[in-house]
Amino acid sequence: MASKNSQSRARRALAWLTAIIVGLGVIMGIGIATNNSNGLPLLALDLEGGTQMVLSPETTTGEAVTAEQMNQAVEIIRQRVDGSGVSEAEINTQGDDNVVVSMPGTPDAQTRELIQASANMEFRSVLTAGSFQATPEEERLDVSEIPEPEATPENGSDPNWITTEVYDEFQRTDCAAPEASQIRDDLPADEAVVACDFDTQVKYILGPLEISGDQIESADHGMASTPTGVSANQWVVNIRFESEGAEKFREITQRLTGMTSPQDQFAILLDGQIVSAPASQAVILDGQAQISGNFDEESAAQLAEQLQYGSLPISFEVESEQQISATLGQDQLFWGLVAGLIGLALVAVYQFFQYRALGLVTLTSILIMGILTYQAIVLLGWSDNYRLSLAGIAGIIVSIGLTADSFIVYFERIKDEMRNGRPFEAAVNYGWDRAKRTITVSKLVNILASVVLFFVAVGNVRGFAFTLGLTSIADLIVVYMFTHPVMQLLAKTRFFASGHPMSGMDPSLLGQKPLYQGAGRIREFRPEEEVVEVRSKKNKRSGKEAARRQTIAERRAAERAAALQSSSTSDREPAQEDS
Amino acid sequence: MSRLATWGNELYAGKKSYQFVQKWKTWFVVALILLVVAGGITALRGGFNLGIEFRGGSEFTVSAVENTDPSIGEQAVTAVVPEVEATATNIAPGTVRVQTAELSDDQTLQVATNLQEGYGVAQEQVTSNFVGPTWGAAVSQQMLIGLIVFLVLVALYLAIYFRTWKMSAAAIVGLMYVVALTVGIYGAIGFEVTPPAIIGFLLILSYSLYDTVVVFDKIRENTQNLEEDRRRTFDELVNLAVNQTLVRSITTSIVGILPVGSILFIGAGLLGAGTLRDISLSIFVGIIVGTVATLFIQAPLYALFRRNEEGLKDRDAKILRRRGSLESKDENSVTADASNT
Repeated sequence: MASKNSQSRARRALAWLTAIIVGLGVIMGIGIATNNSNGLPLLALDLEGGTQMVLSPETTTGEAVTAEQMNQAVEIIRQRVDGSGVSEAEINTQGDDNVVVSMPGTPDAQTRELIQASANMEFRSVLTAGSFQATPEEERLDVSEIPEPEATPENGSDPNWITTEVYDEFQRTDCAAPEASQIRDDLPADEAVVACDFDTQVKYILGPLEISGDQIESADHGMASTPTGVSANQWVVNIRFESEGAEKFREITQRLTGMTSPQDQFAILLDGQIVSAPASQAVILDGQAQISGNFDEESAAQLAEQLQYGSLPISFEVESEQQISATLGQDQLFWGLVAGLIGLALVAVYQFFQYRALGLVTLTSILIMGILTYQAIVLLGWSDNYRLSLAGIAGIIVSIGLTADSFIVYFERIKDEMRNGRPFEAAVNYGWDRAKRTITVSKLVNILASVVLFFVAVGNVRGFAFTLGLTSIADLIVVYMFTHPVMQLLAKTRFFASGHPMSGMDPSLLGQKPLYQGAGRIREFRPEEEVVEVRSKKNKRSGKEAARRQTIAERRAAERAAALQSSSTSDREPAQEDS
Repeated sequence: MSRLATWGNELYAGKKSYQFVQKWKTWFVVALILLVVAGGITALRGGFNLGIEFRGGSEFTVSAVENTDPSIGEQAVTAVVPEVEATATNIAPGTVRVQTAELSDDQTLQVATNLQEGYGVAQEQVTSNFVGPTWGAAVSQQMLIGLIVFLVLVALYLAIYFRTWKMSAAAIVGLMYVVALTVGIYGAIGFEVTPPAIIGFLLILSYSLYDTVVVFDKIRENTQNLEEDRRRTFDELVNLAVNQTLVRSITTSIVGILPVGSILFIGAGLLGAGTLRDISLSIFVGIIVGTVATLFIQAPLYALFRRNEEGLKDRDAKILRRRGSLESKDENSVTADASNT
């Protein structure tokens, strides 16, 4: 009856587990086939080697940095690091106010400075424009042929800013060359400079610095609206300047508006690269400008974000920096794995010693947990760039013990039930009913701990918390979908059902006497001094307290038991008399 | 195996019983002494041996070294910055660690080059590590926040699951003791407190509580039908639960310690100071303390918390009275003074 049912349920659970593992395997296979994953976990810096810097933001004004500002800062650091030619750098925020930059190798001094520096945003007027590529050599003017400036420049748009050197640089600069996209944070403030606009593929000579980024009060993006308030279905970026900036911006627009192209344009530079070079179409008196152009929502949002970041007075302080050589990381990984294998072997030996053949169930369960964890780590590496650190590996090794405990709790419960006189198969089911509660409740403690740690902690702790939580979940899956179903199936085999000495569940060793009394009632295995007493009213109170702490299912079970108890009291009474 | 099984049977049936709950006074005194001794030794040592992460400074590790003479490392630093004090230690076979006060970027690069030349190793054998002075404080603060959040959540969770705040309180108070003692032992032995060690302490929180929950769940089961059990006092029921789960407690701590021990052995023996050693060391100590504390601290504490409940007091008194009369009936032929009760 029930056992047939339980067997088919056990088979179904195992089938589901197989489906999960195969399913995850297939996803991994797709990852490998599409070259998105190599089937191995991504390794964190301490195993792979490289440099990790933990930065904390600092504002010149001392005010707190908002989460939004942090995200902008991270975005900009990312662009800077990418722009400096370092590949595969990873930049993340951790906690409320830390930015973690990880990159292979050792960064040079310039990259380090860039990472820490505050935003460098400048507004400069356009003096002249030219082709994106370098002027072909035969068309270039010789240095001696370039005219010297005739007079000292009068304003930011005066062509007299263009010196011989600047013009020569202008004709030689090839914006398509990779080095052109590098970050330049050393542009002289009172000289003309050459800059590239990668979006419109134009090369400019720009006048001196006129407005710096800290004069921007705010920036956002939205739909343009006509004077009548109707949306014009065109994305624009709005800038609002602070008073000093507004005054300067009024001067610039007064000067530029109406000039011939490209001299009616001004350029907005971030870290020496042009992010936008709009033409001035009207004199802006109140410091509230609108940049329109070929924006879609994304590009408008990006420009607004860059402008906003440009206004941030944030620089970064290096809180900690770690450089690890690749060979040392590999060493650590290797020995970490060796430690894990030794630990696993020791646990296996001990389990065989204590549970004999059942030790095999434990070992298989741990291996399946290992497979699930491995798959999860590889897939998370693929989807969320999760990287396994040494602390994470330690977490996994430690979890071998925690996982084994689930089986220990379960097996000890089965033994308890056999001590109560149940045959192996019934003991498996009764024991499971009780053990699964304990296992689930206690595993939830671990999961809770890892969730809290993951959200609060910084750095290494996160990797550890993550694997701890992951293995706890994998453990629950294995206990429910593998260990128990397998035990149910094993209970049907002669080897276990007959209590073979090697099965680990030898009834004779568990002090089992046939206590089955028929009529579906199993007398509890109790020591001699059994006393039955009439219920006292005074005990009701603590009894009620106990009742309050029961779940509904428990209360029903208790009621059923009480009903049985009253019907069987008569069986027991004769036994009392001779004690 | 057979002896272990018999032992387990007797524990389960209550034939054999270790008095974890009844002798709580003894255990608590021992626990207090241990804590005071550990704390005292730590204080005598001048507090905790904080790692560079908490002090701030620069650290270099040179591996695959043939001549591990510390003076080479110290000279490598003083050649660049004469005024800075450097300590070089041979932390593991073929590995030298040099710690100094904070160095600038240029100085760091130069020292690294000097170390590489001085010890005659390849460039990638030298790693450097810099920690700002406020980093440790920031990390500790986050940990503390995490600890408090975790304790509050877990206290609520246990109170809801066990349907009594007393179990929750006993578990948490015991947990604090576990952490305090583990930290105390750490300080007393003079192990270096590093972030991985802190990770270990945090794991102990989780492990120790996990262990307690397993035992408490058995206590809950044993004490849920108080009205039907007329033979054991509340203390005895709690104690029976602890004894019944004793085999499991011991097995679990052995199985927990085996892998941790193997990391510790490899981490300390082969790799020297580092993440693996520091994590496994704190967990190793914590698993033992956590398991023992569940038996000797948390379970008795729970019984103690409920001892003064009116209903339980009456019930226990009745059971003891009846037991006394049964004994006197049984044994009146043997001893007369047993009937005094």
